[in-house]
Amino acid sequence: MDVFLQTLVAGILKGGLYALIGIGMTLIMGVMGIINLAHGQLMMLAMYVTFVLNTMGVDPYISLFVAMPLLFLLGMAIQKFLLNPLIKVETILPENQVLMTVGIGMVLTEIARFAFSSDYKYITTGYANQTFYLGNISFSMALTIAFVIALAFTAVMFWFLLKTDLGRSIRATAQDKDAATLMGVNTGRITVVTFGLGSALVAAAGCLLAPVYYIFPDLGGPFTAKAFIITILGGLGSTVGAIFGGVTLGLAESMGATYFGMEYEDIVGLTIFILVLLFLPGGFKRLTKV
Amino acid sequence: MAHFRVEKLVKKFGGLTAVNDVTFDVEKGEIFGLIGPNGSGKTTTFNMISGVYPPTSGKVIYRDREIQGMKSHRICHLGVGRTFQVVKPLGRMTVLDNVIAAAFSRVNTMTEARGAALRTLEFCGLSPVREVLAKSLPIAGRKRLEIARAMATRPELLLLDETAAGLNPTELVEAIELIRKIRENGTTIIIIEHIMHVIMTISDRIHAINFGQTIAEGTPMEVAANQAVIEAYLGTDYA
Amino acid sequence: MKKYLYPLILLAFLALLPLVVESNYFLHLMILFLLWVVIGSSWNILAGYTGQVSFGHAAFFGVGAYTAGLLFQHLQISPWWGMALGGVVAFLIGLPFGAICFPLRGAYFALASLALGEGIRHITTIAEGFTGGMMGIMIMPTFTSKVPYYYIALGLAIFSVASIQAIINSKPGYYFVSIREDQDAAASLGINTTLYKNVSLAISAFWTGMAGALYMNYMGFIDPHVVFSLHDYSVMAILVAIVGGVGTIYGPTVGAFIMVAFQEIFRTGFFGLFEYLGKATGSSIFTTLSGAIHQAHVLGFGILVIVVILYLPNGVVGDWEKIKRNVFRINPAG
Repeated sequence: MDVFLQTLVAGILKGGLYALIGIGMTLIMGVMGIINLAHGQLMMLAMYVTFVLNTMGVDPYISLFVAMPLLFLLGMAIQKFLLNPLIKVETILPENQVLMTVGIGMVLTEIARFAFSSDYKYITTGYANQTFYLGNISFSMALTIAFVIALAFTAVMFWFLLKTDLGRSIRATAQDKDAATLMGVNTGRITVVTFGLGSALVAAAGCLLAPVYYIFPDLGGPFTAKAFIITILGGLGSTVGAIFGGVTLGLAESMGATYFGMEYEDIVGLTIFILVLLFLPGGFKRLTKV
Repeated sequence: MAHFRVEKLVKKFGGLTAVNDVTFDVEKGEIFGLIGPNGSGKTTTFNMISGVYPPTSGKVIYRDREIQGMKSHRICHLGVGRTFQVVKPLGRMTVLDNVIAAAFSRVNTMTEARGAALRTLEFCGLSPVREVLAKSLPIAGRKRLEIARAMATRPELLLLDETAAGLNPTELVEAIELIRKIRENGTTIIIIEHIMHVIMTISDRIHAINFGQTIAEGTPMEVAANQAVIEAYLGTDYA
Repeated sequence: MKKYLYPLILLAFLALLPLVVESNYFLHLMILFLLWVVIGSSWNILAGYTGQVSFGHAAFFGVGAYTAGLLFQHLQISPWWGMALGGVVAFLIGLPFGAICFPLRGAYFALASLALGEGIRHITTIAEGFTGGMMGIMIMPTFTSKVPYYYIALGLAIFSVASIQAIINSKPGYYFVSIREDQDAAASLGINTTLYKNVSLAISAFWTGMAGALYMNYMGFIDPHVVFSLHDYSVMAILVAIVGGVGTIYGPTVGAFIMVAFQEIFRTGFFGLFEYLGKATGSSIFTTLSGAIHQAHVLGFGILVIVVILYLPNGVVGDWEKIKRNVFRINPAG
């Protein structure tokens, strides 16, 4: 029973972090219909930023305040100069935008490799590596902090999208770009801001993950995959869906690792992905209409 | 048994009932008009007939055979052709290639398809533009292409969905001529139209619906004089 | 017949090449080029012509390779049967692949195909008892010289391009393009879209599988990481077709040439030019640059993707008019 509870806890905590990764992507996909295959690479960059700051003595949780704005700006630049122009280009394959993000991901990965080499890097913090206990179940301090902060960000995003003008403009653009334009929303600017936001959120996830994960240039790929699974599970554009998706994936991976073995972790994710695509195309969002 | 019959058709999308218990018969060789204000369920009815989606309940009977729920391509093979309200040209193919693709539904070799397509283009008056890319055609050309493509599948029953919208007066006259020609060629036609002038002139009988339900049926004169129809259209200009 | 002039000249050139050129290195490059002509052209049938953009084509390549390898390793079946069967097994894998992916449209199809490609890679790695897992498969190549492999690859390339040529001007070809342009319109014209999408995938998977089997026979060694690689095969196939020109018959051929050349230039630092310059001038800058260029080939690819998509989305063949105007400053009269 303890093993089960432990697995459960580990899965849920991991899930919070995953939710944060997913929110950025669900926003981008929901609003712009853009499939961002460079999502994980953006997170990787944030992790390197955290690493660099760490060598200068800065706590990873403070790095949030540096990495997020940096990635926000980078995200905006990517959307403005590389993705927005594609909308006007006339080609046979509409999936050019997906390919573009593949190219961007490759470039980001190689730049990181060039700057930092392929060696695994680590972040050392005093307190974050500790665990505390509730009964017989251990809680990783770093993951718990990440969980709490991730939840906080999710709540903020929820409020932001519902209550602020900018948030409403974003939702309007997501529902119907042309109608939004007709109502005075500068959709070009909105897409740029949204990509920036999505990037900033996944940057936050990177900073939170850095204390408990090793950093290397190629980690982008697997995390992009996870972001997709979470987004599809939760439903495009749904922040609550991202939480559901993140926790579900976290739990599934946890259970898979405990009961089947470590190497099945990725297959679990892929299987969920395909099952959801086939049987529940709208994701969690469709079940609850949130 | 009538040549074509729609019986108690119902279509619900979640909580919305788009078509609610519509029934009508169409005689062979008729031009049968379907009118109603925007959103009254006309195109939805066509979509059910041509297999875009199945009805929630009800039947579609064509030549004594129930075809509701069948896939679009099978229905086409059985002899029902259609045009789309929002035209769907195969943009990066030429006009000729568009029609060849349609002609392949009845023949298998390139030579036969090409020959059939050229004849259809001639019939529909599109021969001059046959090498033009479909996406470069102006709206009148695209609408005509929709018809030509449908004709190339040699339909015995043709569903025309607002083929006259967006045409100027000259183009309208030509469109009416083409539709008459198609009927004279032996094809039964069901036509959805908003432009009253067109549908009143060419239909033998008209069926009027509003909010998914039948409100009148009869000759053009009868339907035009019908109180419910006038009310439904109050405020709409007659062309 | 004029339009066949260039391809025929190319064909003659390719046929005579091994008789004139002795360099093994060069022959190796040409074999790679021919393999990519096959893979790129096959991908093009499904994506460029039928509009289904697969990001998981490595699955078919790898399956073809493993079929040939495993048949030889466990059953001593000749690699030549292996090649044909590689194509067949890849086609069989295509059936569930299509069943899962085709109900999805557009970008979701791309994602699902990517997921399946990766999934097959994972399964192959895990099923160690059957496939040898991460250890891969090693067999003795049948021929010691590269020349036979070259001609087989050439034959495969000719057949695959010719079959595409034949399909395009026929009923299936018209049906593929109609599906690409507007699936719903296609259905209303009597086209069984599900059937034809699967036919397109079957042809595409078959040729890609054969290329994989040839690769197994030629290289003698494969492992899941190599033959199912997302970047090295799935994405590369897309690049070959896009750089050359999607939806054109010879686009992938042009693209294959460009990509193989590009890759080699990066790998060797302009064919050793920089290294040579470094030795000749004694300056270490060139040597460093050479090393940097070598390392940067993936970076170069990434940049190439970005540039091509922004400026040449229809590829060299598709955007040829645009290239003539902007690069060569040739303006059409009038």
